[in-house]
Amino acid sequence: MIYNEAIPAILIGLPLLAAFITPIINLASKKARNAFVIAILAIEELLIILLAWHVFTNGIVIYTMGAKNPSIVPLQAAVPVRIVLEIDGMAAFMGLISCTVAMAAGIYSIAFIKEGNGKARYYTLLLIMLAGMLGMVFTGDLFNLFVFLEILSIASCGLIAYRQHADAVEGAFKYLVVSNIAALFVLFAIALFYAQYDLLNIAAIANAMQYTQLDKIALALLVAAFAMKCGAVPMHFWAPDSYSTAPAAITAMLVAASQASLYALFRVCFTLYGSLMNYHMIGIAIIIFGLLSMFIGVTMALPQKDIKRLMAYHAISQTGYMLLGVGVGLYLLGSSDFNVYGIKAMEGGIFHIINHAMYKGLLFLTAGAIYYRLGTRNLNEMGGLGHTMKFTSIYFIIGALAIAGIPPFNGFASKLLIYEACYKVSPILSIVAMLVSVLTLASFIKVFHSAFMGPKMHDVKEAPKSMLAGMAVLTFVIIFFGLFPGWVVSHIVHPAAMALVEKMAYINAVMGG
Amino acid sequence: MNDETNDGRMSIIVRTIATMLLPFVLIFSFYVIMHGHLTPGGGFQGGAIAASAIVMMIAAYGHKMMGKRVSEDGLSMAESIGAAIFAIVAFIGVIMAASFMYNFLVGTPLFGETPPFGGNPGILNSGGILPILNIAVGMKVIGGLAAVVMIMALAGDERGDEK
Repeated sequence: MIYNEAIPAILIGLPLLAAFITPIINLASKKARNAFVIAILAIEELLIILLAWHVFTNGIVIYTMGAKNPSIVPLQAAVPVRIVLEIDGMAAFMGLISCTVAMAAGIYSIAFIKEGNGKARYYTLLLIMLAGMLGMVFTGDLFNLFVFLEILSIASCGLIAYRQHADAVEGAFKYLVVSNIAALFVLFAIALFYAQYDLLNIAAIANAMQYTQLDKIALALLVAAFAMKCGAVPMHFWAPDSYSTAPAAITAMLVAASQASLYALFRVCFTLYGSLMNYHMIGIAIIIFGLLSMFIGVTMALPQKDIKRLMAYHAISQTGYMLLGVGVGLYLLGSSDFNVYGIKAMEGGIFHIINHAMYKGLLFLTAGAIYYRLGTRNLNEMGGLGHTMKFTSIYFIIGALAIAGIPPFNGFASKLLIYEACYKVSPILSIVAMLVSVLTLASFIKVFHSAFMGPKMHDVKEAPKSMLAGMAVLTFVIIFFGLFPGWVVSHIVHPAAMALVEKMAYINAVMGG
Repeated sequence: MNDETNDGRMSIIVRTIATMLLPFVLIFSFYVIMHGHLTPGGGFQGGAIAASAIVMMIAAYGHKMMGKRVSEDGLSMAESIGAAIFAIVAFIGVIMAASFMYNFLVGTPLFGETPPFGGNPGILNSGGILPILNIAVGMKVIGGLAAVVMIMALAGDERGDEK
């Protein structure tokens, strides 16, 4: 494979550069701008595949910003100087999600976002959002993580409020408040680390970690902040408003953005603290977050009449599965059972992250296609759309079956891993998880029935081609993952799970030894 | 002062003093940007000073007058170009087979001097790519902050609605 050591920096730098060239190209020609943005997103996708392949076969990749030789970290008295990017299996895995969703969202947006309403700025923010997500998952520096978290939050806020309706502005404002509170928590935790260890590099802090009282406070702050950002119950209140009012392509991106926060949560729990902390307690806390999110999310989704609000509550519910799977892994960390089924639970949770980004992204995009043609998100005003919007309804069926965990789609593969592994810990966990799946299916049957079935009520056309193409990207991934789950788990998901567990490999890549 | 008859302008005294101060504020802004690698301040702070000069002119002359003189598109363009320069400078390091943000100007005639060890009055011609990055950030902040101020000043007018 053609691999260049500069790829990690290019992946973050290219969308930033492109974001600010886009308004300049926009002056020349609208078509050239669209082609430019799509080309950049396609290059990003290609580069992340190259990088991920390299990481999955050869292990952790290090990139030191501004150094003569970026693959060597300059150490001075056990302090890594300069900002280091550290891409292990988990980071590469999250990067794959971000780039794929961004590409689908970019293609979808060409027709979805109407001209003449600051569209150049829309693409600028979209590219900055991608750069923020990639920076967050690639960085090996805690303060850098905070900076990218802020970049991501601010770009997301601008995009949520893009439609400028009163409720969109309200959604953006809620997101802004939650993001800022979470970011301040993170900053405070970073200050606690810096005061004690004089370090900002994640690997170096993990190496020097004493687990003092202050570190416990920092852990509580970080877990609360990232759980808030990923929309876990009881900090989920921002998600329905922001997800339902943002343009559909942006909602798909927001799902991926929430999962970047989920990544940060796992990185803190596994790499920064790992076996030092009371992982039983933290594991149980994350399992409880997960169970609450799953159950409350799905019960709130059932009575919704707004299609995107309903899907937003399902997003909360699905986040619960990831927290449950990885929480069980954390709970069993270090015990002899870990290698038997703890790692399976983690694989299930991590596999669910990518599955969820794909099918929930697809579902939000189909909801956006309905909104584009009908101008409403209210399920009561829909009906009979299956007569004309054939492709959209097929995409919706695929997404709905995947989210409900019906074989042969990808949701089934990850949910089965979670059910089986959690059953060994406590059968109650699996029972709740299955019940939530059944309720999810019920809820999506309701949506399908009221939106697509019935007599022809509206004289609407099929969604534009670019929107169908955007949805096709995600559908392809869903079907591929559904048909070859074994290959995906052993080649992509297992290295990601092992990257989280093998804390010393992450530390040694920077600190040597 | 701020009634409809005089278009939101302030008195002749304020307008005269603001006009006289303008070049000094801009020179100070340029000084802060250019000495970013030597003294406190830098691209952001210098850019904010220049944007505050625009705020001063809006306060003195009213937003209608300033809206005719300064175009938001121009400001947005300055912002985009500033940010693009920053990213391009960072990428030159990659092209030179070193790394992203590699300081490739060290040792060259342009900002390449190495300052002597110990106390010195500050050598302007040092810092490598830092002064260039400061200028890029300065452009971005002037464009960004001034555009924000202009949009807020024009909000409610028919021009402010669309953008």
